[in-house]
Amino acid sequence: MSLTVGTQGGGAPDAAAPGSVPLPGDQPPLVRIRNLHFSRGEREIFSGLDIDIPRGGITAIMGPSGTGKTTLLKLIGGQLRPDRGTVEVDGLNVHALSRQELYRLRMRMGMLFQSGALLTDLSVFENVAFPLREHTALPEPLLRKLVLLKLEAVGLRGARDLMPSELSGGMARRVALARAIALDPMMIMYDEPFTGQDPISLGVLVKLIRQLNDAARLTSILVSHDVEETNAIADLVYVISNGKVVESGAPAKLAASGSEWTRQFMQGLPDGPVPFHYPAQPLEQDLFGEKS
Amino acid sequence: MTELLARLGQSGIIFLRHLGRATTLLLHILSSVGEVLRRPRLLLEQLFSVGVLTILIIGVSGLFVGMVLSLQGYYILSQFAAEATLGVMVAASLVRELGPVVTALLFAGRAGSALTAEIGLMKATEQLSGLEMMAVDPVRRVLTPRFVAGLISMPLLAALFSALGVAGGWFVGVGLLGVDDGAWWGQMQARIDWNEDLLNGVIKSLVFGFACVWIAVFQGYNCLPTSAGVSRATTRTVVHSSLAVLALDFALTALMFN
Ligand SMILES: Nc1ncnc2c1ncn2[C@@H]1O[C@H](COP(=O)(O)OP(=O)(O)OP(=O)(O)O)[C@@H](O)[C@H]1O
Ligand SMILES: [Mg+2]
Repeated sequence: MSLTVGTQGGGAPDAAAPGSVPLPGDQPPLVRIRNLHFSRGEREIFSGLDIDIPRGGITAIMGPSGTGKTTLLKLIGGQLRPDRGTVEVDGLNVHALSRQELYRLRMRMGMLFQSGALLTDLSVFENVAFPLREHTALPEPLLRKLVLLKLEAVGLRGARDLMPSELSGGMARRVALARAIALDPMMIMYDEPFTGQDPISLGVLVKLIRQLNDAARLTSILVSHDVEETNAIADLVYVISNGKVVESGAPAKLAASGSEWTRQFMQGLPDGPVPFHYPAQPLEQDLFGEKS
Repeated sequence: MTELLARLGQSGIIFLRHLGRATTLLLHILSSVGEVLRRPRLLLEQLFSVGVLTILIIGVSGLFVGMVLSLQGYYILSQFAAEATLGVMVAASLVRELGPVVTALLFAGRAGSALTAEIGLMKATEQLSGLEMMAVDPVRRVLTPRFVAGLISMPLLAALFSALGVAGGWFVGVGLLGVDDGAWWGQMQARIDWNEDLLNGVIKSLVFGFACVWIAVFQGYNCLPTSAGVSRATTRTVVHSSLAVLALDFALTALMFN
């Protein structure tokens, strides 16, 4: 694995020759999801989802809260097993891999958890150093430089000695981002990176995600509800709801979409085909009717 | 009646499912023990929090249990004019039974519950998921060092308990009640057998330690990732460990001393 400071990505083995900008369509997608079915108990979360994530771009997955965006990332990362259908990452069927092969694949994926998921008994510095210590045998001075550079990228070099409990939610998420890029992965999955960021760090973060993607030639999957920020940086947007892809395309195309559903979601209108409520019986019946 | 049977069957199935999961986890842990021994820093950290931090409660309890044994024993033995054997009685009860059993019960309450809570909280806050996504096996990195540390600590703690118990018993028996010092130590040396008493005690504490950490680690790893789930798992650790220790003690005693 390449561990050059900063920009050079791990890169997919079969990626295009260096220098050429990879365009969607001229090579197989990095992630290919076909006919994905997944349920939690009785509740069906995905019923026949098809998604292609092209290499080298930022693909956004949008959808109302609770549609299973986090679940989708966990399926891609091999933490959950689908009931039916396949998830392929870089040509490998994630759920047919042996444990060892899966771990090798995960070394090339970074994931930014919605909650940050920092190790609470390690300092900020040690959290970012963690994947490097586990997977490489870098000498301490080099490791230190590398960690400080990653922290510098998210603007938290000065916070290196703090413990995770001393960070705000937004700071924790930025540390987690520094940790996710520590091994220079080929792909990063961002679960709601924008929530809890003030306008300044939000702007920096949007730029950072774009920069990481272009400079390191990563593939980024971005899960978010923030329509405006997401449209600003995404190359491709998938909108999912009720277990299926509702619409996909470039942000500009979706903004001009004829679909009432997409328009409602993109413009944040309360009324329309997207229900705001979790499925339930009518309110009057719940309040005044007999217990069902 | 059929309903009762059905419910019985159902809890049987649930029990077996848990046992299966716990066994799978155990095999996974055992398969990575070698690696943990090669990274002593991880193990040392856990030896500190599992073992060293439990020393105080074990030491104090040992001292008091020894003192009480000596008091009670003196009362009975003096009725037969057999005070001279007080040392043997105290030492034998400690080394054979009370040392391993009480240490294990205290260990489950102090270290086992802490292990479960820690692992459960790591699960609830997605730290274990985070490790997995960083291609680090959480079982190897988090569970195995704790498991091995518990296994190593337990016999040492039991030995400490017994040693301090004998000291406490000596203080009460010889120091306060006036039993002859020479008789106390002499009889003890003559009657306590290396294999029969000491070795069996060590085996017991190893078995109890194994059961306690296995339960603690499994409950933490298998809990519902919520605050209520973690609290229930912690309670279960203490209850299940205590019952397991008492049942195992009966079985082992029957095997060893009949
Ligand atoms: N551990 C779980 N057990 C049972 N159901 C779950 C579990 N985790 C999530 N769910 C259900 O799965 C559905 C999708 O959850 P998920 O977290 O993927 O949503 P999301 O799209 O990420 O939402 P948000 O935007 O609010 O983060 C939800 O309806 C939730 O009720
Ligand atoms: Mg989510």
